[in-house]
Amino acid sequence: MELIQVLVAGIAQGCVYGLIALGFVLIYKATEQVNFAQGDIMMLGMFAAFTLIAIAGLPWWLGALAGIAITGVFGFCLDAFVLRRIIGQPQFAVIILTIAVGFVFRSAAGGVWGADPVSFDTPYGGLVVTLDENETGRTVIDAADLTIILGTLVLVGALYAFFRFTRIGVAMQASSQNQLAAYYMGIPVKYVISLIWGISAAVSCIAGILLAPKIATFDPDVGFLAITAFAAAVIGGFGSLPGAVLGGLIIGITEQLAQAYLPGEYARSIAPISGFVILLAVLLIRPDGLFAQIQRKKV
Amino acid sequence: MAESLPDTLPVSPADPVLSVRNIETYYGPIMAIRGVSLDVPKGGIVTVLGANGAGKTTILKTISGVMDPQKGSVRFEGAEIQGRDPDWVARRGIAHVPEGREVFPFLTVRENLLMGAFARSDRGAVAGDLEMVYGYFPILQERSEQQAGYLSGGQQQMLVIGRALMARPRLMLLDEPSLGLSPILVKEIFGIVRRLNEEQGVTMLLVEQNANMALQAADYGYVLELGRIVMDDECSRLLESDDIKEFYLGVKKDAVRGKKRWRRKKTWR
Repeated sequence: MELIQVLVAGIAQGCVYGLIALGFVLIYKATEQVNFAQGDIMMLGMFAAFTLIAIAGLPWWLGALAGIAITGVFGFCLDAFVLRRIIGQPQFAVIILTIAVGFVFRSAAGGVWGADPVSFDTPYGGLVVTLDENETGRTVIDAADLTIILGTLVLVGALYAFFRFTRIGVAMQASSQNQLAAYYMGIPVKYVISLIWGISAAVSCIAGILLAPKIATFDPDVGFLAITAFAAAVIGGFGSLPGAVLGGLIIGITEQLAQAYLPGEYARSIAPISGFVILLAVLLIRPDGLFAQIQRKKV
Repeated sequence: MAESLPDTLPVSPADPVLSVRNIETYYGPIMAIRGVSLDVPKGGIVTVLGANGAGKTTILKTISGVMDPQKGSVRFEGAEIQGRDPDWVARRGIAHVPEGREVFPFLTVRENLLMGAFARSDRGAVAGDLEMVYGYFPILQERSEQQAGYLSGGQQQMLVIGRALMARPRLMLLDEPSLGLSPILVKEIFGIVRRLNEEQGVTMLLVEQNANMALQAADYGYVLELGRIVMDDECSRLLESDDIKEFYLGVKKDAVRGKKRWRRKKTWR
């Protein structure tokens, strides 16, 4: 019973990593840019939801939806007004720019909302599902974990349907597979890329909003979670959407198992880095990641 | 702007769909196109011949907006289109079929074709055009649910032509459709190009190294050398020209030898 509890917590944690990793991979696939501000965009989304729910007093679901929408528009504008200007510059410039933008977001959030941990109420906060009850105690599953897992399933399914069956979704795939040919088809590639940034930001925000009740409180540094999510994306092959989610799950489950079953002091020190240990192992054994799409680039 | 540069070429009697005037296009500091002018009449097939590096592809890229000319104008159906984004030009009615079979490798053949119709809003007609494309290229129907990356070279070439057709373009820019294909496939592709022109009325600007095939398929030809047009004429007459015979068709006659020709500065020897 305890194992189930640990696994569910691990899967939930992994789903959060997986969703943030999805955000990385979406942008990378479309533009070959790595957005190191991904975690900070998630953080802004969480604070947007916090402002709407805890300060403005909107109901949770309305505040969450509005926060997701705001973050999506924010991601769209970030590409349309900032990133688009350095198209054609070396990769390096994009990396530095997104790191710098992340710093700006973090300190801006610190200025606006302060560095103290905050939280917002969720309708399911503190609820648990009891699996087993005996004289030594209860085995429970946190409702926050279940909503994360459920939310991830719904979101991944929706994204799959969007990319597979809608015209603009297929056009997004086309733009990321062969940008020049997409231009020749009359696909407005620049707009499509901004749209992908918007989707990526919205997905990060969803991850953050689902995560909020699980971690109880958060501050402007919550975005550093994305470093682990980045490892998840690399494990998955950094170009594969299913790979990103799978990578997240692997890391999340490993972290929770290490936390629960390693003896005493090791658990505290090793659990947070267990994801990176797996990352190293994957890079040694399968350098392209688990789900690498082998594609020869034409010059 | 009210004033415009005087045309240096006589305007052909039928108003051309596309007219390019004195364009100069650069790769960084290197001038790849040195003042090219050409006309494509409605319903015609015009070809641009030239060796590797003569600038053929650059002309097409300048027309479709991938590259911007520093000087000169590109007029499509009377409106100036130079300096626009390539997606804008495509939505305007010019379909560029790039060289090297640029498919969307992880989309299915059918999805590739439907992407060709991305800019169109007439859904019903699109379904009919899909059948039309399948009619010209039956192999694409057989493979419609396969990923395009798994097609052979010739099938990919058919796919990119079919995909361009799905846009119902009023002008098609064809870049080296014969590149890397077997002689039989080249013949088949050119046969279909000809049929598309006759049956669907698609105006075409065809760029080729395979001068023989191109001159047989097209009505009018331009010869490009080092970024300049050095010769232009009806294709039937170009086929009879001694210089074309020697340098592009590989037919060498003694009579041509030793003559001082326009081709003194050859790019290859």
